[in-house]
Amino acid sequence: MIPAAFEYLRPRSLEEAVACLLQREPGTAAILAGGMSLIPAMKLRLARPATLVDIVRLRGLAGIVRSAEHLRIGALTTHAALGGAPELARYPVFAETAGVVADPQIRHRGTLGGSLAYAHPAADWPAVFLALQGEAQLFGPQGRRSVPAEDFFTGIFETTIGAGEILTEIRFPSVRERSGAAYSRMCLQASGMALVGVAAQIMLDAEGRIDHASIGVTGVNAVPFRARSLEMRLRGVLPAAAALRDLCATGIPEAEPLSDPHAAADYRLQMLRIHAERALGRAFERARAAVPGLGYSAPVTRDGEPVVRP
Amino acid sequence: MSAGPPAAPVGARLPRLEDPRLVSGRGCFVDDLQLPGMLHLDILRSPHAHARIHAIDAAAARALPGVAAVYTGTGLAQFLRVLPSAGGMEGFNAPEHHALAIERVRFVGEGVAAVLATDRYVARDARELIRVSYEVLPAVADPEAALAPDAPLLHEALGTNRAFEMRIGSDVREALERAAHVVRGRFVNQRIVPNTMETRGAVAHFEPWDERLTVWLSTQAPHLMRREFARFLAFPEHRLRVIAPDVGGAFGAKNNPYAEELLAAALALKHRAPVKWIEERQEHMLVTSHARAQTVELHAGVREDGTLLALHYRLVADMGAYYHAITHIGPMMTAALMTGAYRIPYAATDIVSVFTNTTPTDPYRGFGRAEAAYFIERTMDLIARELGLDAVELRRRNLIRRDEFPFATPTGHVHESGDFQLCLERALERFDYEGARREQARLRATGRCIGIGLTTHAWRAGFPSVPGGKGYVISGWEKTSVSIDPGGTVRAVIGTSPHGQGIVTTTAQIVAGELRIAPRDVRIIHGDTDAVTQGNGTMGSRSLVVGGSATLLAARQLRDKAVRLAAHLLRVPAERVTLEAGVFSDCGDPARRVTLAAVAAHAFAGPQDLPEGLEPGLEATAFFEAPNFTSCFGTHACVVEVEPQTGEVRILRYVAVDDIGRAINPMIVEGQLHGGLAQGIGQALMEEASYDAAGQPLAASFLDYATPRATDLPRFEVELTETPSTVNPLGARGIGEAGTVAAPPAVVNAVLDALAPLGVRHLDMPLTPHKVWRAIREADA
Ligand SMILES: Cc1cc2nc3c(=O)[nH]c(=O)nc-3n(C[C@H](O)[C@H](O)[C@H](O)COP(=O)(O)OP(=O)(O)OC[C@H]3O[C@@H](n4cnc5c(N)ncnc54)[C@H](O)[C@@H]3O)c2cc1C
Repeated sequence: MIPAAFEYLRPRSLEEAVACLLQREPGTAAILAGGMSLIPAMKLRLARPATLVDIVRLRGLAGIVRSAEHLRIGALTTHAALGGAPELARYPVFAETAGVVADPQIRHRGTLGGSLAYAHPAADWPAVFLALQGEAQLFGPQGRRSVPAEDFFTGIFETTIGAGEILTEIRFPSVRERSGAAYSRMCLQASGMALVGVAAQIMLDAEGRIDHASIGVTGVNAVPFRARSLEMRLRGVLPAAAALRDLCATGIPEAEPLSDPHAAADYRLQMLRIHAERALGRAFERARAAVPGLGYSAPVTRDGEPVVRP
Repeated sequence: MSAGPPAAPVGARLPRLEDPRLVSGRGCFVDDLQLPGMLHLDILRSPHAHARIHAIDAAAARALPGVAAVYTGTGLAQFLRVLPSAGGMEGFNAPEHHALAIERVRFVGEGVAAVLATDRYVARDARELIRVSYEVLPAVADPEAALAPDAPLLHEALGTNRAFEMRIGSDVREALERAAHVVRGRFVNQRIVPNTMETRGAVAHFEPWDERLTVWLSTQAPHLMRREFARFLAFPEHRLRVIAPDVGGAFGAKNNPYAEELLAAALALKHRAPVKWIEERQEHMLVTSHARAQTVELHAGVREDGTLLALHYRLVADMGAYYHAITHIGPMMTAALMTGAYRIPYAATDIVSVFTNTTPTDPYRGFGRAEAAYFIERTMDLIARELGLDAVELRRRNLIRRDEFPFATPTGHVHESGDFQLCLERALERFDYEGARREQARLRATGRCIGIGLTTHAWRAGFPSVPGGKGYVISGWEKTSVSIDPGGTVRAVIGTSPHGQGIVTTTAQIVAGELRIAPRDVRIIHGDTDAVTQGNGTMGSRSLVVGGSATLLAARQLRDKAVRLAAHLLRVPAERVTLEAGVFSDCGDPARRVTLAAVAAHAFAGPQDLPEGLEPGLEATAFFEAPNFTSCFGTHACVVEVEPQTGEVRILRYVAVDDIGRAINPMIVEGQLHGGLAQGIGQALMEEASYDAAGQPLAASFLDYATPRATDLPRFEVELTETPSTVNPLGARGIGEAGTVAAPPAVVNAVLDALAPLGVRHLDMPLTPHKVWRAIREADA
C-alpha cells in the first residue's frame, strides 16, 4: 500500500490543467478527481503516474444543470450528489445507481467523470451513460469536442479521451413524456462491483407500446455495450412481464460474457437476462407513472432491489 | 473513588469501558509508534508456489539512497536460527522453516529477501529493484493430490508430504458392521483467511543502557511471544519486553511468532536501531495463517430408530507449506470433538495431515471445534434426510441427556456439564419451529424456495494444560494480580491479552463485584510483559473462563486481607465486617465505618499497626489452572430463502440460544455472538482462499476474497441460558467462538433444506450464488 513517488500539481483552471498534462511526457501524468479508483491502483503500484494533476477543486466542473434540451452533469459531480440531487427528481435512475455504487464514504468522493474515464469493465455508470444516450464533453489542446456514449469506451480501462484531454461534462437529452429508466444489477460478492449491470430506458407511445428502448450493459463484456438487437425487438411491444422475459431470454447476441472464478460465462449471461428483464420492467413502470413534474424515487437496497422477491 | 456503584456489577449490561477511546480514534496500535532513527523493514515475496532460487541480485537495491541493508535467506542463516515453528509432537515430520527462504520457496508469498531502509517508501522502492532468478518447480495445492505417490515433494528431506498420521478414538469397524444403516458423506471445511481489521505489525527497539529489547507486537499472546522471541534470538527472557498495544483483532492468527516479526527483532539487535514492520493487506492474505482446510469422508452407523451407533472420519488436514505455532492441533481438536453433542458409543478419526504449496494454516476463531461442529451437524442432517426423519427429532434422540454428565466421549473428551436439551427447547420455542415448518410449506406451495436449518452444537473452551507438547506450548493456567494503591485506587494486572473481547470491562466487573466498587474505578493492565510478568494470552475462549477465574480468586484474596485490616481498624472480629460501596462497616454497629481507601492507606503506612502476621501492602496474586475445558453448547436455527433464478441466498431469520454458564456482562456476550455469527455466515456463504492447480492464490485481495458486510447479515435474535460450568469458580462457559462454530452448519443445513425439493443434495461451502445456481441447474438436468 505504498505508492511510488509522484509529483502533485493543483492547477487553477482547466487551461492550466491541460497545460500541465501536455508539459509532461505523454502517458506519465494523470488527472486526479475523487481518487477512489486511481489512488488504490497507485497504492498497489498497478498505476504509477509520475505526475498527478488534481482537478477536484476546479469550480464549474461539478454540478447539475437542466435545460429544455439537456441534462448537464459536471464531471466532478460525486456519486453522492447524484444520489440526492433535487434536479434529478425526474431521473430516478441516477439515485438508483448512485445508491449501489460502493459505500457512502466512496460515494462522497468518487465522481461520475472519474468513473467513466476510468472505464472499469464492471463499473455501474457506463450502463446508465449508454442507456440514457449521454455525450461526453471533452476539453483539450484542440479545444472542445463531444463524444457519444457508444463511441466513448474503447477497451478495458480505455476510452477515447486523448492526450491532454479532460472530461468536463456529461450531457443527456432531457427526459421526455412517457419515458422511464431504471438500473438493475447483481454485484460481485467480494469487490461489490457489477457482475452484471443493466440500465434501460423506455419511451412509450400513446397506446402504451414501446416506442423506443435503449439498453446499456456493464460487467458482462470487456467493454460496456448497448444491447441494440434487444432494443430493436422491443419496438412496438406491449411490455407485459412475459413478453419482456421471452425477449430478454434470447435477444442479447452482443453479449460475449467474461468468465472468471466468480462467474462463468453461462452464469453471467443468465444473470444478464434476468437483470435486463428487471431493468426493463422497472423502466416500464416508471414510464407509465411518469407524469411530468412528479418525482419518483423508490428506496433501493445495495443491489437496487430486494434480492428476494415474492 | 466515585460513589454509588451499581448494585451488582457482575451480570450488568455495562457499556464497554474500552470503547470510548477506541471509537473516538484515541487507540494506539503498533503502526502508531514512531521512534527516532527507526528503520523500516519490507519483504520481497515469492510469486511462485514452488521454485528453486538460483540467484538473488540485490546490488541495485543496496545502492538506493536510504537503504541500510538487504538480506537474503542464506545471509540470515549466518546469524539466525530456524524459526521456532511447532515441531508438533514426537513422531511428527517437522520441516525446517527459515525467516527467509533458503534455496527454495514453497508457497506464494514466502519471504525471499528483506530490505531495511530509512522510510517505508524507500524500502518499498528498493524491494522492487531486487532481481531473483527462479527455476519454477511443479507445485501441489490440493492436499489429496499431495498424497499421491508421484506428487511433487515439498520437503525433500522428509521424503513425504505427510506431516503426520494419527488415529483418535475407539474401534468402530465392528459397530459399523452391526448398524442397520451406514450413511456415507464427504464434507469440506474450506480454507479461509482470518482478515483481522488491523494487519500484523512489529516495532523492535534495543536499549543498550538497560540491555533491554522491547518488541511492540500486534499479538494475542505477548508472553508466549516473549518466550519464542527469546529462544529464537538467544536473548535473555527477562530482558525482553513484549508489548501488545491496542490490537485490532487476532482471531487466532496472531499467536504465531512470524518470520517478519522475529526478523524485525533480530535486525533491531544487529543494527542497534529501532525496526518497524507493518503488514500490507495483500501480505496478510498471503502470509498470515490461513485456517480450517479440512475434509472428512465419513461413515455413520445408525440404528433402526435413528440413534447413532458409530461414526468414522478419514480427515485430511491441510497444513500448508510449513507448520505455524499450533497447526497440528487443529485436526486433533476436530477429532476429539467429532461426536458433538451426541451420544455415539463408537467413534474414531483417522487423521492424515499434509503439506501443500500453500500458506500455512493455524487457528481461527473456533479452531478445530468449528470444523468438528460443521462435520457432525451436517452429518446429522444427512442422516435425517436418508432416514426420512425430522432434523430436530433425530437430534432429540441422540443428544446427551442432562443426567449423563460428566460425559466421556470415545475420542477422549469429557463434557464436564451441560443441558443440551435446554438450549434446544428454548430455541425451538423462540423460533416456533412447528410454525416455521408450516410457513415453509405454505410458501413452497407459492413457488418460494425456503429452508430451515439448525444445529445443536457442542464445543469447548478454556483449554487445560496438555502434557508432552514439544516446541510451542500453551498452558492452561492464567494469572491475575489485584492491588490497591496507597491512595485507594484499584488495579488488576491480567495475563490475558484482550483485543476486542471486552475483557477490560468484564475483568473490572469481577473485581468491582468483590470489592463492592464501581467497575470504572478499576484499572486493567494487560499486554506489557514488564508490567504483567506471566500469562498465556487470549485465545480459545479462555480469557473470561480461565483469566476471569484467576481474577476472581485474586480479588477475593485481596478482599479477605482488606477485611482483616478493616476489622483491625474497627476493633471488631473479621466476621462482623461487611463491605458495601467501598466502605467497611461493623454489622453490629453500622455507624462504625472505614473506607476501602483508608484501609489501603493504612496497609501501606507502615508495619507498626498491622494485625499479627499480616504483611504490609494490599495486593493479591492468583493463578488459576483449568482442570478441563468448559463445555459449551447451544442451538441455532435459521430460515433462508434461495432465489433459484440467480442462486442468491438470503438469511431471513437467525435465532441463537447459547449457554453461557454465567454471564458477567450479557451485552458483551451478545456482541461476541454477533461478531462470530458474521464470520460464520461469511464462511458459509462467501469466504474461500482458493488456489489454482499451480498453487496460485485466486483470492488474495479484497477484490476477490469476499467477507460479509452488514447488509449481508440478518438481525440476530440471541438468547442466553445459564447452566453453571463445574470447572471454574465463576461457573462461566466460553462464548467467543460460538458464532463461528454454529453458523456455518446452521446456514448450510438451511440452504440444503431449501434446495431439497429441487433435487440438490449436497454443496460445499461457500454457498456462492454462482455455485447454488449451478447446482440447481445440474439437478434439473
Ligand atoms: C471499495 C470501492 C468500491 C467501489 N465500488 C464501486 C461500485 O460498486 N461501482 C462502481 O461503479 N464503482 C465502484 N468503485 C469505483 C468508484 O466508483 C470510483 O469513484 C470511480 O470509479 C472513480 O471516480 P474518481 O472521481 O474517484 O476518479 P479517480 O480515481 O480520481 O480517477 C479515475 C481515473 O479517471 C481519470 N479521470 C478522473 N477524472 C477525469 C476527468 N475529469 N477527465 C479525464 N480523466 C479523468 C483519472 O486520471 C484516473 O485514471 C469503487 C471503488 C472502491 C475503492
